[in-house]
Amino acid sequence: MTDENQTEEVETGDAAIAVEEALPEGTEGRRVTHDMWVAGTEERPELRQFTDEGSQEMLPDEDEKNLDIQRGVVVDDDFELDDASDEEELQVINMGPQHPSTHGVLRLHMELEGETIRRVKPIIGYLHTGMEKTAETLTWLQGPTNVTRMDYISPFHNELVYSLAVEKLLGVEIPERAQAIRILMTELNRVASHLLWVATQGMDIGAISMMIYGWREREYLLDFFEKVTGLRMNHNFIRPGGVAADLPDGWEEDIEELLVKVPAGVEEYHEILDENPIFLDRTQGVGILTPAECRAFGVTGPNARASGIDWDLRKAFPYSGIDKYEFEVPLGQHGDVLDRYHVRMNEIDESMSIARQILETMPAGDYRTEDRKVTPPPRKRIDESMEALIHHFKIFTSGFSVAPGEAWQSVESPRGDLGVYVVSAGGAKPWRMHVRGPSFAHVQAMPAAVTDTLIADLVSTMASMDTVLGDVDR
Amino acid sequence: MAPDEPTAEGLTEEAAASGKVAEAAERELPDVPALAAIVGPYPSTSWVVADDEWVVSVDAAEYHDLVATAKDGGFNMFIDLCGVDYFRRDPRFEVVLTLVDTATPMRLRVRAGVAGDQPEIVTVSDLFPGANFYEREAYDLFGIDFPGHPDLSRILLPDEWEGHPLRKDYDVGSVPIQFKESHKVQ
Repeated sequence: MTDENQTEEVETGDAAIAVEEALPEGTEGRRVTHDMWVAGTEERPELRQFTDEGSQEMLPDEDEKNLDIQRGVVVDDDFELDDASDEEELQVINMGPQHPSTHGVLRLHMELEGETIRRVKPIIGYLHTGMEKTAETLTWLQGPTNVTRMDYISPFHNELVYSLAVEKLLGVEIPERAQAIRILMTELNRVASHLLWVATQGMDIGAISMMIYGWREREYLLDFFEKVTGLRMNHNFIRPGGVAADLPDGWEEDIEELLVKVPAGVEEYHEILDENPIFLDRTQGVGILTPAECRAFGVTGPNARASGIDWDLRKAFPYSGIDKYEFEVPLGQHGDVLDRYHVRMNEIDESMSIARQILETMPAGDYRTEDRKVTPPPRKRIDESMEALIHHFKIFTSGFSVAPGEAWQSVESPRGDLGVYVVSAGGAKPWRMHVRGPSFAHVQAMPAAVTDTLIADLVSTMASMDTVLGDVDR
Repeated sequence: MAPDEPTAEGLTEEAAASGKVAEAAERELPDVPALAAIVGPYPSTSWVVADDEWVVSVDAAEYHDLVATAKDGGFNMFIDLCGVDYFRRDPRFEVVLTLVDTATPMRLRVRAGVAGDQPEIVTVSDLFPGANFYEREAYDLFGIDFPGHPDLSRILLPDEWEGHPLRKDYDVGSVPIQFKESHKVQ
């Protein structure tokens, strides 16, 4: 071994001497000279004698394909994986919690091989504010202010599912008008949520204009929410016993206006995206979840329906009188991002159709239950009667008590099965309130969808799952 | 505990009532054949049948087998798992698992009692991979151990957090928080 090294040194030593002789002073080695040379500042040294001759003979596989690659004729950038890949080639990358396309504070711990994701672990909890613990210190009537802040994209659904769970324990009857108002608001909220989704999905895969358009139509809906509840989000409008207030005067005209404006916008989205080759490339066959994976991980809502699982709680366990209205449940076949897009776009149409049916059949009546245990006396009575004033005061200070027991209630939120499990010990506050957020399950299922795909597809998949981190961390 | 706060007394009575149901249940199975097939092999079960859901209470020892039977019986979609701290009741904790049969459709809620000192119940994440995160959450917030879980670590709280906040005896407010310029407010 030492002998070989010595002979090589001697040979290269000769070459080194030759270089020093030929180059001007301060330019040792060919590569350095070449990189440092700036046009016009100095004379380029003569390098020809060290380069061309015999260089091609050094190629190990001198076939026509390799030579073509060398000459730049063939651009061969298909990344092919070595079957026996070395562990050392894996690279660990953190994506988030401040990454813009994680839509919140989701952190993904990834092991990459080149641009291919080999393993991914979602890390959550950055938005955890202990809302389930907070719920135990709030009265039953104060609960909606708490839950409405969980999934902040669909606050009406949070309020509805909580109120339904409490009413299940209370056993109170809700008037038909209150039920219809609830369905109207939640279905419009579904449209607003899906519009936000299509806007951000478009933006995440490069269609920036989609972001602006989606926001535009969503704004019409938020204006209506503001008119009805006073707030654009975190409404505290749906409460145990009914809703906070009746619909304002002129709500029929507003809905009619929405029924024109929103479908017109959705028509434009179809024109922008449906045939767009870049959109199709980034969505077709990307982020696939099989039906078996959906069932195992508890993936529900549009994500499960895109995989072909016919599961919609509005059909399976109808709540708040939604079975009175006619609508279809759109289903996908492939479970990829494109199917999730089509399912959500169709759901917008179905929800607008439900809003039209409610507009045509809105029943007259009270907007909250007549049960005086949960509903304060009317404003007029408070002026006249001391007992009514005391009654009103007691409901809003110490609250009403709920019979001991446990109840599970779930509704179809824009993201999937939104469930609430409440346990009452008979007091004025919940003994335990647990919220099953659909996004929690979707974050967990993300590794199944993105393992062994490219990192660019992760962004598309993550956006298509429509996770809301307020729903995940609670 | 302040007098206006709820106590677990009502819940203790409820548990006693369900115990009576369990004694009766050993003699006759429910009218619903599908539910009878699930609870039949397990003597510790008691149940409540409603229109849209079946609620089955079971001992921790038979919990895993019951869930496996339910999975074979059509309840193949995992929905939820959470813990409840009933404090001053025996067993103190409860793990509540919710499964769904999408074909029927029917919801199944499995309530399994877990003893208070060193609470542990065998994992179901081998049957439903989706139970993984939910069991981590129950461990994080209640301190319930799930033997057999692949990665039982804190999920919502930081790793160095002490205690399990959703327990009823967790000392809320024990961590002092110094608000900026709070000394000026008097």
